[in-house]
Amino acid sequence: MSIKTSAAQGAGQDSPKSATAPLSAAARLRKVHWYQEPRWRRLGALLALAVTLRLMTGEEGTTQDLFLALREDFTGVGLWIWLAIAVAVWAVREFLTDQTSRAVEGTKKVSAGPLDRVRQVWSADKRVRMGVLTAVLALVVFGPLGVERYWQQVLVDQIAIFVLLAIGLNVVIGWAGLLDLGFIAFFAIGAYSAAYWTGALPVQPPVALNNFLVLPIAVLTCLVAGVILGAPTLRLRGDYLAIVTLGFHEIVYLMAKNADGVTEGARGVKVERFSVDLGFFSYEWKLDPMPYYWLLVVFIVLAIFLFLRLEHSKVGRAWTAIREDEVAAAATGVPTVRYKLMAFAIGASTSGVAGVAYASKAGYFNPENFAILLSILVLAYVIFGGMGSIPGVLFGAAFLVWLPEYLREWVDPKDRYMYLGALLVIMMIYRPQGVLPSRRRKRELRMAEAGVGGADATGPAEGRQP
Amino acid sequence: MSLSEFWDFLVLGVVLGSLYAVIAIGYTLVYGVLQLLNFAHSEVFMFGGYGGLLALTALIPESTPSGVGSVAYVLIGMLAGAALGGAVAFGLERVAYRPLRRHRAPRLVFLITAIGASFFLYNLAGKLFGRNPLPMPSMYENKKVLSVFGAELTITQVLILVSAVAMMVGLDYVVNRTKMGSGIRAVAQDPEVASLMGVDIDKVVSRTFVLGGLLGGAAGFLFGTNSQVWYTMGFLPGITAFAAAVLGGIGNVRGAMLGGLVLGVVETMTVGLWGDDWRYVGAFVVLVLVLMVRPTGILGERVGRTA
Repeated sequence: MSIKTSAAQGAGQDSPKSATAPLSAAARLRKVHWYQEPRWRRLGALLALAVTLRLMTGEEGTTQDLFLALREDFTGVGLWIWLAIAVAVWAVREFLTDQTSRAVEGTKKVSAGPLDRVRQVWSADKRVRMGVLTAVLALVVFGPLGVERYWQQVLVDQIAIFVLLAIGLNVVIGWAGLLDLGFIAFFAIGAYSAAYWTGALPVQPPVALNNFLVLPIAVLTCLVAGVILGAPTLRLRGDYLAIVTLGFHEIVYLMAKNADGVTEGARGVKVERFSVDLGFFSYEWKLDPMPYYWLLVVFIVLAIFLFLRLEHSKVGRAWTAIREDEVAAAATGVPTVRYKLMAFAIGASTSGVAGVAYASKAGYFNPENFAILLSILVLAYVIFGGMGSIPGVLFGAAFLVWLPEYLREWVDPKDRYMYLGALLVIMMIYRPQGVLPSRRRKRELRMAEAGVGGADATGPAEGRQP
Repeated sequence: MSLSEFWDFLVLGVVLGSLYAVIAIGYTLVYGVLQLLNFAHSEVFMFGGYGGLLALTALIPESTPSGVGSVAYVLIGMLAGAALGGAVAFGLERVAYRPLRRHRAPRLVFLITAIGASFFLYNLAGKLFGRNPLPMPSMYENKKVLSVFGAELTITQVLILVSAVAMMVGLDYVVNRTKMGSGIRAVAQDPEVASLMGVDIDKVVSRTFVLGGLLGGAAGFLFGTNSQVWYTMGFLPGITAFAAAVLGGIGNVRGAMLGGLVLGVVETMTVGLWGDDWRYVGAFVVLVLVLMVRPTGILGERVGRTA
């Protein structure tokens, strides 16, 4: 339907002579059909939204009867309810609300948001900051004791791991502006190094090590892997880098899956869990999720602390320069390739730590735990929360991992990611800077909207705008 | 690999590659005008498969048609696939990308939107049509009809090859010879100057999406005819086709065609040499190697002022 209208418009514009209306070219361009008026367009949009919502909430289709869902959705009473709601919303908006007062409200909102006021208090007093941080940390550490076992598991297996991953990816994309779609490859490398060094793979290591001793080795391995991948590819820009990292991920994934003799292939690997044995003190992490959780919180806090130090150091400033304008950064003497490589390797090693932690928590993993979709999801978490800002990334990862689990109770579990996708699209339209953006990022976006700069250096050489 | 096997795999690769080429054109066209990685194009492709499947399931009789009937059903399926693909692409541009362009949102925001839209679309398809793979209803008896260097081609393969070539030739004509094509090229080269010259950018972008969607949808139908239709079928062909677009030089339509063919042949050759498990490894290794030597793809990128 919609295609037809566009084609009709196109034909109207393209044909030089129109038989019925002898209008000049300019007049034809000016002419607005009734359905092109904003009011009716809004109605059309709302009706389309209603149909979409009906399809989203409607009947579950089956492969036996391909038309079942469509038939039910378009004949049942549900569609009419949604359409009626749409028309009602439209009517209220168009005829009952005072348009001018809403416009005034809009301008007010821009001048001083509540978030800005919070920010003022936040940056004014150091004691407030320390107090809030301590409270949040206490809540994070002890809060989960009160929740159900199932949610504790989710918290460790997914939320904590993905938060750690998102913090690592934030260095790569949020600070250095490198579009990395293969981040989970390093997660896999970390997990497989844990398996190798604890002697769980068919290939035996020279000495079997404790999981904690594997951590520095995994960090090193991922650093090296990051440099090996990064050194030849980091001179590619933006989207080329994205596809190469994606390819790297696919290669790592398929090697894990198919090299049976080395990685056990699709059967997966059993790994020992964390344990400490120092002679005078020994402790084993068993089935209870909470000890793992606290361990991961330690990792996360450590990573945040280190990365915050980096952000405001010379290195962090170099990354910002590269992200905002790589050519200018190189021209002012920033060794761009070295710093890009550094960001890439630091992100990779964080991912490696998460991999070791994941393997040692789950006790078992297989290549499907490193599917390509996860790389893309982690990227979405970072951007959703607000790239470049640690609180934003923490929130983004935690919220978006929690949401599908929560939706399990409300909708058909198979449809959860449909809602997640819709949420991402809506969010990017209305709040592209993310939930809790860094101030710098916010300014970059505002400037880009006003036509200054490109906000990302991930583009083609001239940093042009889409 | 003996010589006859070599020809078998080469011909298979060309058939597969021509499909990739048609999908890759969709990526490259959109990239040309918007510099946007349209991840959701793989979903356009998937909906094309469903479009053909729905139309044929509704229309086709119990017994396999023959002669003129077969041709008619193939055309119906392809048109239905192209129509649904085009419609999805059009809606995608309207709903997801146009508001972002109004805000001049940065490219990463576009990318996340594309990812979100892709999640939404394939899960919606899974919800509406069930999640198991379905074969296309048979439109003809799939015999071997043609022999090239000892490699025998089935009707489906010939169909894919012929329609892919026809679509590519047609698209090349549209982009290089028609008014709409010159609009697309003008916007790709410099949107600001194009709009000063009276090009309606919104309209051109919308048409570019529809054009890519039509091709992607038809390719989805052909792919479904060759194997099956299911809700995540777009993912791997989509990524491979995107890699093909990059390999050929993104934004460059002929580059996308070449890249698709190369990756298709590399893929089947990898399968021939090392087995099906390694299917996608060869393609990505070639991609990485080529990009190291030629960072902007085989034929060079054609984006903005670099054209």
